[in-house]
Amino acid sequence: MAESVVAAAEKVPVPEASEDFPFPERPRLLEGVRAYGLIMAMWVRSTMAYRASFAMTLFGDFAVTAFDFATILLMFTHVDALGGYTLPEIALLYGLSATAFGLCDLLLGSMDRVGRRVRDGTLDTLLVRPVPVLAQVAADRFALRRLGRITQGLLVLGYALVSLDIAWTPLKVLMLPMMVVSGAAIFGAIFVAGAAFQFVAQDASEVQNSFTYGGTTLLQYPPTIFAKDLVRGVTFVVPLAFVSWLPALYVLDREYPVDLPEWVAFLPPLVAVACWALAGLAWRTGLRAYRSTGS
Amino acid sequence: MRLYAVVAGGAFRRYATYRTATAAGVFTNTVFGFIVAYTYIALWDARPQLGGYDTSQALTYVWLGQALLMACAMMGGGFEDELTERIRTGDIAVDLYRPVDLQLWWLAGDLGRAAFHLLGRGVVPMFLGALAFDLALPGSLWTWPAFFVSVFLGVVVSFALRYLVAMSAFWLMDGAGAMRIVSLAGLFFSGMLLPLNLFPGLLGEVARMLPWSSLLQVPADVFLGKHAGWGLVEAYAFQGGWAVVLLLAGRLLQTAATRRVVVQGG
Repeated sequence: MAESVVAAAEKVPVPEASEDFPFPERPRLLEGVRAYGLIMAMWVRSTMAYRASFAMTLFGDFAVTAFDFATILLMFTHVDALGGYTLPEIALLYGLSATAFGLCDLLLGSMDRVGRRVRDGTLDTLLVRPVPVLAQVAADRFALRRLGRITQGLLVLGYALVSLDIAWTPLKVLMLPMMVVSGAAIFGAIFVAGAAFQFVAQDASEVQNSFTYGGTTLLQYPPTIFAKDLVRGVTFVVPLAFVSWLPALYVLDREYPVDLPEWVAFLPPLVAVACWALAGLAWRTGLRAYRSTGS
Repeated sequence: MRLYAVVAGGAFRRYATYRTATAAGVFTNTVFGFIVAYTYIALWDARPQLGGYDTSQALTYVWLGQALLMACAMMGGGFEDELTERIRTGDIAVDLYRPVDLQLWWLAGDLGRAAFHLLGRGVVPMFLGALAFDLALPGSLWTWPAFFVSVFLGVVVSFALRYLVAMSAFWLMDGAGAMRIVSLAGLFFSGMLLPLNLFPGLLGEVARMLPWSSLLQVPADVFLGKHAGWGLVEAYAFQGGWAVVLLLAGRLLQTAATRRVVVQGG
């Protein structure tokens, strides 16, 4: 999905194999995915060179996110409800947001290194390779340890689904995987847009963290506890609410604090596509504006 | 002594160079401050006076956390990446025959870094937080210097912890894993996620006695006027005691490690 939007806009003629040009070129999307896979495999192998360290970082990623949920558990040792939501309800919001973000973080979590590459000039190396730059940047330093985050999100999600008393309908069941995939895609678009921003502001990668790590933290709590303007901001400006809040509140039969019709709960896939179109545009603009530092 | 002052000044200037990064960091600290502040409001709405704090004290705690996060390096992030890298590549051998004390050298640099982060990434989020929320700022002028002494001790404890872990790179070669586990312990046990006063039972008692509580919980309580008179002396003694113990442990480990160093000839 990631590259499809980007690649669709670009119709590169595909040369056939001939005597002058012995390597048949694949379509760019396929090329990108293949390159991503190869680079990813390389980083996985390099990570496995230090197995003890890998085990510790994997555990670390699991535990650091587990502490987020532990914080919520500790809060619930003092209260029965937070913002009118019970622990299992918050666990559902938490599990969905953490899993979607974890998936995105695994696939694209290294995108925030673009700024550093622009600064030290190593981006130039990526530009001369006959492989889509986005695929190279996305797979750069692929960190398998981030599976820890997904595992933790899925565990909390499992706990929520077991302890919640939901009147399940086929639609509600289908919404769970839809939320995780669309949510990951929305977060992914933010990662790509943030990386594009780094072509302009080279050492401002932390701004991106506000929307990605900050976004997932925000979504782990119910919308009722935040100021109305903040909720409007993450619905209409940076559409984080579509990652989990809107669809999850439909599953929970809860009303959304900012008056919106019920059908918006089904919009996440469309929002994800729109976000990727914008992010793809931003990425191409950023890449085109790039001038090497020459160092 | 003069040498270490120069090292500290250099580290301050080094971090001060990255203005865009600092602005981006301030933005991030502010965003997180807002998110956490709203969760605390919801919590204190349900249970006023939780942990002995009223709502505005709890909100002050949130913004102090954001202001001190980088200065006290609660999640790590400072000299330790560089030091473990030097150990891994063997450059540490060059450092060892320099006529300076290795531990003091890195401590001086870390103090310079912390001073910059306190100014660069502490003041603005705290100010913005005070604009948006009703914070409990100190009533007495004396609270400010008392607070800064506590922050200084917190930074030294934080340094000592990270130095200890960096030394483990002599044995593990790749220090990333150990560093990560320590950084997440720092996040949880410093009270960054939730004040340690709210931790229940034995967990709370243990958490408050661990060195990490020197990084945020103790300075925040000094700021909120929870430690006064002898209480303040006790708080300093707690932080200072951990600082001394951990610095000595780091020194012991350093001595053991340097015996292990094998310098490969060219």
